[in-house]
Amino acid sequence: MNSYLFKRVMVLIPVLIGMTLIVFSIIHAIPGDPAETILGQKATEQSKEALRQQLGLDQPWLQQYFNYMGDLLQGDLGTSIRTKTPIAEEMLPYLAATLELTAASMLFATFVGVNAGILSAWKQNSWFDYAAMIVALIGVSMPIFWLGLMEQLLFAIKLHWLPSIGRMDQRDPVESITNLYIIDTILAGRWDQLWTVIKHLILPSIALGTIPMAIIARMTRSSMLEVMSSDYIRTAKAKGMSQFLVVYKHALKNSLIPVLTVVGLQTGSLLGGAVLTETIFAWPGVGRYIYEAISSRDYPVIQSGILIIAFIFVFINLLVDLLYAAVDPRINYNKG
Amino acid sequence: MAKRKWGNLALVLTLGAALALSGCGGNGNNADSEATAGTNAGATAAPESSPEAAKDAQDTLIVGRGGDSASLDPAIVTDGESLKIAHQVFDSLLEYKPGTSEVQASLADSWEVSADGLTYTFKLHPGVKFHDGTDFNAEAVVFNFTRWSDPASEYKFEGDSFDYYDSMFGPDGSRVIKEVKAVDETTVQFVLNQPQAPFLQNVAMTCFGIASPTAIKEKKENFKNEPVGTGPFVFKEWKHNDSITLEKNADYWEEGLPKLNKVIVRSIPDNSARFNALQNGEIDLMEDLSPDDLSTLEGNSELQKIERPPFNVAYLGFNFNKKPFDDVKVRQALNHAVNKQAIIDAFFSGQATAAVNPMPPSLWGYNDAVQDYEYDLEKAKALLAEAGYPDGLPETVTLYAMPVSRPYMPDGKKVAEAIQADWEKIGVKTTIESPEWATYLDDTKAGEKDDIYMLGWTGDNGDPDNFLYTLLDKDAIPGNNRSFYVNEELHTILINAQKETDQTKRSDLYKEAQEIIKADAPWIPLVHTTPLLAAKANLKGYVPGPTGTEYYSEVYFE
Amino acid sequence: MRQSIRASITIRGETMGQATLKITPPNVPAEKVSGPWGDAWRAFRKNKTAMLGLCIIVFFILVALLAPLLAPYGYKEQELVNRLKPPSGDHWFGTDDLGRDMFTRILYGARISLWVGFFSVIGSIIVGTLLGVLAGFYGRWIDMLISRVFDILLAFPSILLAIAIVAILGPSLRNALLAIAIVNIPTYGRLVRARVLSLKSEEYITAARAIGMKNSRILLTHILPNSLTPIIVQGTLGIATAIIEAAALGFLGLGAQPPDPEWGKMLSDSRQFIQKAPWTVIFPGLSIMLTVLGFNLMGDGLRDVLDPRMKN
Repeated sequence: MNSYLFKRVMVLIPVLIGMTLIVFSIIHAIPGDPAETILGQKATEQSKEALRQQLGLDQPWLQQYFNYMGDLLQGDLGTSIRTKTPIAEEMLPYLAATLELTAASMLFATFVGVNAGILSAWKQNSWFDYAAMIVALIGVSMPIFWLGLMEQLLFAIKLHWLPSIGRMDQRDPVESITNLYIIDTILAGRWDQLWTVIKHLILPSIALGTIPMAIIARMTRSSMLEVMSSDYIRTAKAKGMSQFLVVYKHALKNSLIPVLTVVGLQTGSLLGGAVLTETIFAWPGVGRYIYEAISSRDYPVIQSGILIIAFIFVFINLLVDLLYAAVDPRINYNKG
Repeated sequence: MAKRKWGNLALVLTLGAALALSGCGGNGNNADSEATAGTNAGATAAPESSPEAAKDAQDTLIVGRGGDSASLDPAIVTDGESLKIAHQVFDSLLEYKPGTSEVQASLADSWEVSADGLTYTFKLHPGVKFHDGTDFNAEAVVFNFTRWSDPASEYKFEGDSFDYYDSMFGPDGSRVIKEVKAVDETTVQFVLNQPQAPFLQNVAMTCFGIASPTAIKEKKENFKNEPVGTGPFVFKEWKHNDSITLEKNADYWEEGLPKLNKVIVRSIPDNSARFNALQNGEIDLMEDLSPDDLSTLEGNSELQKIERPPFNVAYLGFNFNKKPFDDVKVRQALNHAVNKQAIIDAFFSGQATAAVNPMPPSLWGYNDAVQDYEYDLEKAKALLAEAGYPDGLPETVTLYAMPVSRPYMPDGKKVAEAIQADWEKIGVKTTIESPEWATYLDDTKAGEKDDIYMLGWTGDNGDPDNFLYTLLDKDAIPGNNRSFYVNEELHTILINAQKETDQTKRSDLYKEAQEIIKADAPWIPLVHTTPLLAAKANLKGYVPGPTGTEYYSEVYFE
Repeated sequence: MRQSIRASITIRGETMGQATLKITPPNVPAEKVSGPWGDAWRAFRKNKTAMLGLCIIVFFILVALLAPLLAPYGYKEQELVNRLKPPSGDHWFGTDDLGRDMFTRILYGARISLWVGFFSVIGSIIVGTLLGVLAGFYGRWIDMLISRVFDILLAFPSILLAIAIVAILGPSLRNALLAIAIVNIPTYGRLVRARVLSLKSEEYITAARAIGMKNSRILLTHILPNSLTPIIVQGTLGIATAIIEAAALGFLGLGAQPPDPEWGKMLSDSRQFIQKAPWTVIFPGLSIMLTVLGFNLMGDGLRDVLDPRMKN
């Protein structure tokens, strides 16, 4: 196991270095003089020079890259041009907001997806099966930004059930310790606030979680169908609904692998999709942070934002691979 | 062994950034949560757990607006959104009576003018303190005015410029104010190079709010993120593009104010999202109600409509630096090709009138005699042909349209699209660009990226000077004259009007100026609007000023 | 074993997330057709969902081609007095806030979406195939280099990478197309590389080498034709992805610019009228979803028919 972990991490090194190279190159890929693009052509030579120095653009390319890496290893992600604040400090609350949203989405996707998949397989060819699979089919083709708007229209504007935007009631702000409001409110014992926070989470996490939910449902269903054709389950099923729980437990264990796979696969789409969801729901997450930086040509923020998201993506994939090893005894990584 | 080492490095690579990140953020955060903890402790006295209970004692005002502040230091900005916040945090020597543009005492209790109009002496309110606890006194006033006027000031930070100062009190080289002296602790004296008729009007502007010298010296360029003044509210937190939190200044020098405990100003760019937030009770007051939503608002008894006195102009400006907009024929042609009435009918629901001059009709000195360029595409084509473009303009024109709603223009992008379609009929192709608000302002000020830009102006001080000179004089380049329009004759008239103290004569000068501007057509004046706001029905004491800035200190809930 | 499966799944690691279904509902009989295209077509026809997908696609292609004939108005034609009118006999899908006919704009929007979908995928396929063949055929350091580049590109969430590219190049429909093409290159590259590697060891290739056939000929006559089927399957699914990505960029203001009737852009423009004029938001979204659904269904069906191996 340890040697597998070691190998897996080793393979990551060139990827991680390559990622930093790409992100580092963003500012060099801007056509023309980056300082001029950022400040405008009318900017004084003095202020352009100052910016070049701040960004290190006055040094040889390789030197710049090494400086960049050096800063990165010390946790220095540069300084925002617009707000003049260190990015690492500025980004943390945004990052937490995104993590909370993606975690909630994944939870929704897994819970609904797995259960729908199991039920569909159990009741194969029933109306439930058809309905669930049609929903899943539509789900995977859903433009999530449109889904978000439709949710707002129905649940916030028409029915007034749920808030349309934001993370919490601004009148009664959450005392943030971790910036994950669910945890913060629990730590503070503010159950009323927890409920408010959850209400704010529902619509955006459904919008973001729909695609993975649909994929998980389809994967669970097909892996379940395989399992169901085994004699053991056939007998169980023949005994009727009373055996449902037995099947359910069995199925749950079996669906772990496909779900894990989807978690790994879909993290990227969740993190990317967060840009859209956060724009629609005015969610103060890292996706919106990057999006706004693009609009104000704040390149250091764009660079660091993308790098951090990509790091998280890689890290989660690593985690998923390790979980595979832990979950599935059939795989012996020490040989491979 | 070597392998092991690499493995460790890889781990450092993956986790290092994340760990360091959480490390850095942790510190800043703790400070934050301490601050919020403090205020929350104060607030828990009146339990706000249930919304019903909170209603009885509501002392937090949540405002929703279309755009964020560009900066919190009022001296370096020109946009209304920035000044709106600055107005709560800073006081100027004088202020306007709520809802008007009449001057009254503020940080200065009284003032005297010498007979020749060259010396103004202000007696300051004693015992006022800045939010950081330092004293407000004559020295502080001198420090601020020196910071704005001295081009070599060490407190003029990278990338900053004091546009309003240059614009209201003349640019370097032709400054109106010769000297500012601290006579004693509470007496400050201004000596002018030349008389300036709107001097007191100018001093009362929000952009000349007095900042704490100590804070500027300590915070340096960060002052624009953490402002310190003497105003009714203390700056607490700025989440960019999200919200600004202000808290009651318990030691405010005006007795009984502010009535609120806390003000949160949120940026919600989408007009309908903002209106939804109001309907859902997520905000208490919204600015720039889209006229499209007026009927919904009037059908809701829990909400009230608030009209701001109209005192603005929205316009398209030509960038004279770009060809062919240096050609007056082209500018006139495009003037003829905008159907203002159709735009007003479609987008303003009767809450606007077509603009002819660069200043609103309610302001003295307005020239009724000026006739607008009527909507006439044939005339437009003919003018283009005269300018040498019989087939329309050869190159696509970059049209900047505001990314945020403004009081004078609730939805700039849509109006731009309507104009885009009209212009295409005379062979002028456009691409519409709307970068983020702060960038938008920077770009148009630099005048390199835009060919034509949409912008507007809400009067600051009730003087025609604040429209004509501020926006169209050559002294306002670079700054509010984003057209880079230079007309020496106009300049002479506007300067004379500043020195003149007889209002009738001034009025005549401004009327003459409007004729020149009409002929030169540096702009296409679009509309004067009656900006709409909407609020909860139980919000009281809010008096919208024509100048677009008002104190939240008088606001309370029933 | 499991590892290699995972690797193949990760191929399309993260694209906007929709729809890379490696597993289809087994109630659709997957027939193993190894013969010529005719057999494949016959099998495809029996696959109901796939045929539905094909019908949707054909419908939208027709709409796109015939837009100028079908559209009752011009897509730029404004009638400000008739703004935000609900669907009626004159305006089937209502009008937007500039009084433009929504039906007309939806029709023209099909052109933009299909155009971006097809051409970005063709672009990714061409470059991806080239790199994949290079890597698979020549191996060694070339393979190392190209494969690592693919790994790195796939390590970024694709929409984010596309956003970054557009941020550098500037927002426009053309740049959006380019960005989408670039981020999807590794998908095809890896696919082709894997195919080439597996074919290289087949006996007939070894035989061809033995009789002195040139590398380039082996590539053209044996390897490329044999890589075609997975590319077609992947390409069909890829168009779905590309259409959604283009709409997403348009929605963020980074794709098509006004007055182009791009569906995603139409959505973001009409957002603020969602309460007053929901039809301005409902129709563009429905169009995106239907088109994408069509390509997803068809892609699934094609995979069942052409390339049953990809299923597991």
